[in-house]
Amino acid sequence: MGKKSVEKESAEEAYAYTPGLKVKREVTVSKTRLLPIPGEVLVKEGDIVDFDTIVARAEVPGKPNIVKASEILNVKPEDLPAFMVKKVGDEVKEGEIIAKYTPFWGLIKRFVKSPVDGVIESISDVTGRIVIREPPTPVEVKAYIPGKVTKVLPRRGVVIETHAAFVQGIFGIGGERHGELRIVVDSPDDVLTPDRIAPEHKGKIIVGGSLITLEAFKKAVELGVRGIIVGGVRGVDLTECLGYEIGVAITGHEDISLTLIITEGFGRMSMSRRTFNLLKEFEGYEAAINGATQIRAGVIRPEIIIPHEKHFSGREGEELSRGMRPGTLVRIIREPYFGKIGKVVSLPVHLQKIETESLVRVLEVQLDEGVVVVPRANVEIIEE
Amino acid sequence: MIWERDEKAILRLHKPEEEMEYILVTDVGSTTTKARLFQKIKGEWRYVLSGEAPTTVEAPYENVIMGVQNAIREVEELTGLKILSDEGKIIKPHYDGHGVDFYCTTSSAGGGLQMMVAGVIKTMTAESANRAALGAGAIVMDVIAVDDGRPDYEKIERIRHLRPDMILLAGGTDGGTTTLVMQIAELIAAANPRARLGADYKLPLVFAGNKAVRPAIKKLMGDKFALSIVDNIRPVLEIENTEPARRAIHELFMEHVMSHAPGYPELMTWTDLDILPTPAGEGMAMQLIAYIEKKNVLGVGLGGATTNVYSVFDGKFVRSVSANLGMSYSICNVMKEAGIKNIMRWIPFEIDEGDLVDILRNKMIRPTTIPHTLKSLVVEHAVAREALRLGLKHHKTIATRLKGAKRAQRMIGDILEYTLKETYIDMMKIDIIAGTGGLLSHAPRRVQSMLILTDGFQPEGVTKMYQDSVFMMPHLGVLSKAFPEIAWNIFDKDCLIRLGTIIAPAGTANQGEPVAKVRIELPEGEVFERDVTFGEIIRVPLAERTQAKAIISPTHDFDVGAGLGKTLETTIEGGVVGVVIDARGRPLVLPEDDEERRKTLVRWFESLDMYPEAFLKECKGE
Repeated sequence: MGKKSVEKESAEEAYAYTPGLKVKREVTVSKTRLLPIPGEVLVKEGDIVDFDTIVARAEVPGKPNIVKASEILNVKPEDLPAFMVKKVGDEVKEGEIIAKYTPFWGLIKRFVKSPVDGVIESISDVTGRIVIREPPTPVEVKAYIPGKVTKVLPRRGVVIETHAAFVQGIFGIGGERHGELRIVVDSPDDVLTPDRIAPEHKGKIIVGGSLITLEAFKKAVELGVRGIIVGGVRGVDLTECLGYEIGVAITGHEDISLTLIITEGFGRMSMSRRTFNLLKEFEGYEAAINGATQIRAGVIRPEIIIPHEKHFSGREGEELSRGMRPGTLVRIIREPYFGKIGKVVSLPVHLQKIETESLVRVLEVQLDEGVVVVPRANVEIIEE
Repeated sequence: MIWERDEKAILRLHKPEEEMEYILVTDVGSTTTKARLFQKIKGEWRYVLSGEAPTTVEAPYENVIMGVQNAIREVEELTGLKILSDEGKIIKPHYDGHGVDFYCTTSSAGGGLQMMVAGVIKTMTAESANRAALGAGAIVMDVIAVDDGRPDYEKIERIRHLRPDMILLAGGTDGGTTTLVMQIAELIAAANPRARLGADYKLPLVFAGNKAVRPAIKKLMGDKFALSIVDNIRPVLEIENTEPARRAIHELFMEHVMSHAPGYPELMTWTDLDILPTPAGEGMAMQLIAYIEKKNVLGVGLGGATTNVYSVFDGKFVRSVSANLGMSYSICNVMKEAGIKNIMRWIPFEIDEGDLVDILRNKMIRPTTIPHTLKSLVVEHAVAREALRLGLKHHKTIATRLKGAKRAQRMIGDILEYTLKETYIDMMKIDIIAGTGGLLSHAPRRVQSMLILTDGFQPEGVTKMYQDSVFMMPHLGVLSKAFPEIAWNIFDKDCLIRLGTIIAPAGTANQGEPVAKVRIELPEGEVFERDVTFGEIIRVPLAERTQAKAIISPTHDFDVGAGLGKTLETTIEGGVVGVVIDARGRPLVLPEDDEERRKTLVRWFESLDMYPEAFLKECKGE
């Protein structure tokens, strides 16, 4: 704090920018679908693809297997090349002899057999080891969202665009999935309990309210629900669901049968009305979801993409580049007003002392209970 | 002369040192780019001010230059000094309100320098390679060794999936094993790892092993990797020579890694000194303290994502990085590794375990929020103690004596069974503890950082405590390569805050039993004298940059550095907190009973004036 911060304040206008999570009824969603290594693109520009269309394929080099050949033959490493039956580049089958040593006119016979199907990659006269490379394994990339291929990135992948509603969550687990949206609670404040989930929800993406209980989560897994979108989950329940504790928020590759996306945070947190209403509006639509979250630099938030052909009139999704100013709608994202939504009243220029005794930049927010002062770091803009 | 400047690292000078007036240094962090402006004022180099802006290494910008320019523009606005030309480049040298005379930077954007290291024996050459990579400022993704307990196929799988920026391969003493070194080399070659920043360039690999296998390494790896061969890291088992490997890592970092990161090729044309990884800069700053004061130093950078611990012990510098211990992004990993109960033990009020988990998880997903209430501040301070404790525990596994020394003649099998020796870090012999990082520097009361460092590290005997005022240790560290005197002057005058001295007798006793008689002869003739009893913690004011004579006579079960029951006479230094006499025992144990534990914490906090009185009363239920 001190001199620097005060000077900084006076040099700035009442202006701040805290990005919020996107909740849009209508946007053009563009997804770049890339192979992990160069390969073959299977679609062309202009093609119409569906959720599960395979758009690109590649072959990942096979696993190398190291065979301790000179040890098996009981010869010196430098002598190994002399006893090789196969040479570098040869294809071999599992169990096939690749080296042999038969001294004393064949009285002693020692063989080295290939442990796998593959190709001899190297024969070392230093270590006496042979590397056999297994055949390559194919990897495929699906479209993930239905839409139009707008660009082909030769040998790498494609860009797909679709007209859709788009919602970002705050945290998720589980990867890319798609299914029909079903709202299973009456209000965004309701708790998603097991009785709300029925066999008919198999293969569906269900939308809850403020919290999903552990029992409800277990039932959803049991019934084959494909995705859950809910305001909050208790941290201890998440650990129980996964069977381990998440240390660093880099998710998306969990070995679970469904994708869970929380929109607000941990603990019981009513889903924002805007998010809830949007999802309700598209009930019955097929949506693509991904729980992948990464909170370090290069932030990735979980997403819900609902392709549709509707067009809405009126202004939506005002760009936030203008930043926060009086009148901006914000959500408070830390105690003591966590989850409350209000309008910015003012953005005082000078640093203010808060309860912790820290001197910080603050803003005044109008809540139902009155005007409160909150650190600017503790709010996010809600896009209107 | 503090230390010789590193002529090799200096790329250019625009003016003779004595004519320079302005120096600009940046640190391109993973989230924020921080510019610091230094100026020669009345013949003395001082810190002027800072400018900060979000780092622009990621999409949609993908050009680190923009963040650097934005941070510099903030400096321009605040000073009126025009640093950037119309083309957006730094004007050099300074003239008439324009430009600066020297510019350098550290960088950890995009995850910093990520390395994989390999050696033959886990506790010998692989361990030395690990220390060399860490000392060079890298995050070590994995340490591969012949005897690391994993079968070959598992090692290969691991190497295939790691996408490092660089590999350091050691193994074998000069004239020692060749086969085992080649086994590891063949494993790496077969796995054919890809570079993190793109598949289209060769992955840099430093070979610092047995010189007898150099030709074979060249033959095996020369085509596949950007190979650099340097002197053996363990020429004989008794010697660890990490310097050539460290230098090669920094050179390859500039040549191969930085040159592939978005915007860095241009940034490299701006800097007058080689770009250093941020932790390498921070480590140099810690070494500067040890070098100037001729003392053993334990330093820590407690960040949002990682905790770096540095030690300079009897002249030996070691860095460890706990890549997933931190106060925001990694806060839940602290919870996971420490256990929620260990965090709860530092909290002086009742809190439900599940609620605490949710509080920490919410911080993880919204890492830039700050505590608004005292309760949430106290919760973060509790986590910080555990992050420090775990960070030091990890550091001690790196700061170890050389294993295998004097056993060179033994068979490898014998060496594999060689039991691990304890660390050489002896808290009684640590003279200075220095802390940096957001949580420590933003602590509303300085005594909070002093107690957090004390509880986390548990210093013994007499220890000075420092922290930085504004985050600029990496900046001063990199600057010290070119201008050590300038860097130290700024460090001493504007960066280091002397918190004070902690006196902590090592030993245990029952509550209320005598621990030591402490006499402090304060300036202006005043004397503090007291029989300190077990369980107490006392604060004695002694201003920054003042000294006092202390005579500490521990009882027979306690040691303050002179031996059990032996009196220690020493000079202690004051600070913004003063002197803290910590008679809570070592190791520090908190009461088992919850209510008793909370009461004890409140008593300690009250004694030190840690938090507002009303809040502590509330904790007590008053």
